[in-house]
Amino acid sequence: MLKGLLETLRSMTEKPVTIQYPEVKRPVRARFRGRHILRRYENGLERCIGCALCAAACPSDAIFVEAAENTDDERYSPGERYARVYEINMLRCIFCGFCEDACPTEAIVLTDNYELTFTDRHHSIYTKEMLLEPVPEGGKPTPQKVEPGVYTRAIPIMQDPTD
Amino acid sequence: MGKMVTLTIDGQVISVPQGMLIVDAAKKAGIDIPVFCYHPKMEPVGMCRMCLVEVGRPVIDRTTGQPILEADGTPKIQFGPKLETACTTPVSEGMVVRTQTQVVAEARRGIIEFLLTSHPLDCPICDKGGECPLQNLTMAYGPGESRFQYEDKMHLAKHVPLGELIYLDRERCILCGRCVRFQSNVADDPVIAFSQRGRALQIVTFSEPGFDSYFSGNTTDICPVGALTTADFRFGARPWEMIPTASICPHCPVGCNLTLNVRREAAAGGREVIKRVMPRQNEWVNEIWICDKGRFGYHYTESPERLRQPLVRKNGRLEPATWEEALAFAAEGLRERSGVVALAGGRLSNEDFFNLYQVVTARQGRAVLYSTMAGGDYVQRYGLSGDANLAGLGKGDAVLVVATDLHEEAPLWWLRVKQAAERGATLIVANARPTKLERYAAHVIRYAYSEVLEKVQSLLAGESPEAQALAKATNLVIFFGQEGLSLEASEALATMLARLLVQNGQAERPLSGLVAVWPHANTQGGWEIGFRPDPDLAHTLATAGAVWVAAADPAGDDPILAQALEKAGFVIVQDLFLTETARRADVVFPVQAFTEREGTWTSGERRVQRFYPAVPELENTRPDFMIVAQVADHLGIPLVGRSASRVFDELARALPAFAGLSYTRLAEVVEQWPLVGRGDLYYGGTVYENTQGLGVRLARMSAGAELSEWPAVEIAPAPADDALYLVPVVRLYDQGQTLVPSHLLQQRMARAALYLAPATAAQLGVQTGERVEVSAGEWAETLTVYVDANVPVKAGLVPRSTGVPLRQPLWVRAQRAVLEPQP
Repeated sequence: MLKGLLETLRSMTEKPVTIQYPEVKRPVRARFRGRHILRRYENGLERCIGCALCAAACPSDAIFVEAAENTDDERYSPGERYARVYEINMLRCIFCGFCEDACPTEAIVLTDNYELTFTDRHHSIYTKEMLLEPVPEGGKPTPQKVEPGVYTRAIPIMQDPTD
Repeated sequence: MGKMVTLTIDGQVISVPQGMLIVDAAKKAGIDIPVFCYHPKMEPVGMCRMCLVEVGRPVIDRTTGQPILEADGTPKIQFGPKLETACTTPVSEGMVVRTQTQVVAEARRGIIEFLLTSHPLDCPICDKGGECPLQNLTMAYGPGESRFQYEDKMHLAKHVPLGELIYLDRERCILCGRCVRFQSNVADDPVIAFSQRGRALQIVTFSEPGFDSYFSGNTTDICPVGALTTADFRFGARPWEMIPTASICPHCPVGCNLTLNVRREAAAGGREVIKRVMPRQNEWVNEIWICDKGRFGYHYTESPERLRQPLVRKNGRLEPATWEEALAFAAEGLRERSGVVALAGGRLSNEDFFNLYQVVTARQGRAVLYSTMAGGDYVQRYGLSGDANLAGLGKGDAVLVVATDLHEEAPLWWLRVKQAAERGATLIVANARPTKLERYAAHVIRYAYSEVLEKVQSLLAGESPEAQALAKATNLVIFFGQEGLSLEASEALATMLARLLVQNGQAERPLSGLVAVWPHANTQGGWEIGFRPDPDLAHTLATAGAVWVAAADPAGDDPILAQALEKAGFVIVQDLFLTETARRADVVFPVQAFTEREGTWTSGERRVQRFYPAVPELENTRPDFMIVAQVADHLGIPLVGRSASRVFDELARALPAFAGLSYTRLAEVVEQWPLVGRGDLYYGGTVYENTQGLGVRLARMSAGAELSEWPAVEIAPAPADDALYLVPVVRLYDQGQTLVPSHLLQQRMARAALYLAPATAAQLGVQTGERVEVSAGEWAETLTVYVDANVPVKAGLVPRSTGVPLRQPLWVRAQRAVLEPQP
């Protein structure tokens, strides 16, 4: 009995392991895979080109992509094609990160945000508006009206394809 | 079967017919030799060098002519110092081919590396990505890495519209020339070509409108990269996301086999929609091609103007009703009245025709086919039979094409007749005006519209060179249409042509017979089941107790029929749209489109083929056969109406021609050559393999009684010297309700106009663009004139289904319209 009491006394002096979530948050590992975001370029254009390779790679069929064609009057991404509809069903997603690996433009990235809650199944479907990151400083929101002849490539040229 | 040749490919000994190319022989043996420029349906050119293989031939002793043997007794084989192209080298006796050696692999790697020097590798956004031969072959044989400078890649135009239907991506193009060769050799519309040379070589179009060909969509199928894509499908979906469903083209009597690619779409409110239409291989019907009408003309099935609920006339107005109400109302209307006339159009399936026929005969009514062309009964008795395939026509055979412009009316038949002529069959084209088919004709018979029957009759007399060519042909296939003919004249024409077959002794041969070029997909099916056209339709409708119209719009086509319909006692209409006829109906039932339901169609060659449901039905619509059965149920006539296959079983029991057929039988397939689909995309293109049925040709009805004398039909002579014979002619892209919703084709659609010969126009004192008033009795129209040297004198051609109420040819008075002052 004395032994047990001693244990109790010792633990009273120790620092508590409990974290006061949500006021305090535990740091996550560098390669933690949480909620996805769709990234933008510095000028505000979306990186996503609507190729649906993420959807093809997805083992749980959580991603739905519908593509459409950019015009210079209404430009979403630098290439010819953009995602008109981009949805991820977070109830289906198993956070494996295959979408991130499949993405040819590094548009979809898994962040360290693990706070995914919803009270309705319908709310588990994250639309493109929810997934897109905010327009960076100095950039313009999409769709943008651009000068013709600037974005003539099918897909933006990747600086270092081995990256 | 010609002489067989035995050769060895990769250690496998195979025997193939002499003259076959190594690449085809290897494919037969199940060995893949990758190709880009070669296509089994076209002559080889050996441009891409992808098919290089090691070829060895036995060494022959020049003195004895015998092969020199090795010490072990096997023939000595000498391999060439260089690789040879498997696509241009025919097989020879004792040849040894190696496709898997180090040298060959090296060569393939080199070719791919070169092809990719300027290929953009934008596979993620390319419409071909996922079904791309270049992508697949690079994965299989490519080097994986390029030694070329990335910065040196050529940057070319990515979005070059070759017309409004097809887009070219110059960067992706590997200049294999498949599309150019297809257009010049297969379609014979050489409207695209190579321009410039070297690194600047590119595909250009020089027609107006751009890429002006009815077969242009096929180039996107055979393009081995994503250089040619259709505007219709552009970025529509990735190939692996779509579900393929077998179907049949609804537009013409050829019955091309299609595959509908379906995908769920958020933009369409989460519904499943058709993303694209692709050809499906059927070597007896369309081989691996389809025309652009079939490819782009499916949009009517998803038109927002489709009927979505039954309508019932209450207090003189059509008002929405429930199905129960509408069915009961229709049955009530029929019960009270005698003299039911069912007027059915060729868009119905065999099942619909059959059920409708059952009801109408049970009520002692008449089953009328909505058609201005006759001869279906002759096709039943003197049509093609058994396994006959137009591809079997060649030297010693003859094809006669009368009163039809196959290129406009049934493009795939045009293609197959042209190919028969190229194989050596004697082609005889008879028409009042030049048509595109005449380029390949051995004889051209030209007549004035009013003397067509005399001309055909003279073929029976057997003196002219044309008649002799027909008489000595082993097999004779006759395509006949209705251009310039009234219903009675068309009946007489069919009788004469049947007589011609009998007289020449060809009627019994399977690959000889009549083929009717109907205006709709299943007009022949209507004939098979017992529907017959009515020469005095207006009178029949006006005196009918009740008229039951299905898939026809008489009121929209002809104001006289519209008036007649108003006199009819009670009108039931089944249609996709609220047509002019539907507006005059007492009950309107919304039906399902062919993409939403099951059924079968009988092609002009009497091949019965199944189509399958591809998308869920539009809410509140039902298939025609079901509606008919449900109305019949209210009348106490028991009919099968739940499933199309059960109706078909009933049909097969009732009609001798359909005996022994069932949906299972229609779904049978055999292996076809060339192999397409599966892993053979690089070989045949993205055409789909046929796994859901080749269809079955109906048994030929016994000739029965002697051929009757044809009715003495007089085509009314010109009432006056300056009278004009107004003839409705078919244009592929018309303003019909099943085509107008395909906005992509809008620019190419025929407009209401009057085509006149230069002499006629000069006589009237008009030029292109001016207007002419044509009239006959009460009938009068004012039309814009186009002067066209191909039009016969004293005739005026008016494109069908363009809003001009002209169903049959008509003598009219023409005069220059007085210009009204502009408001």
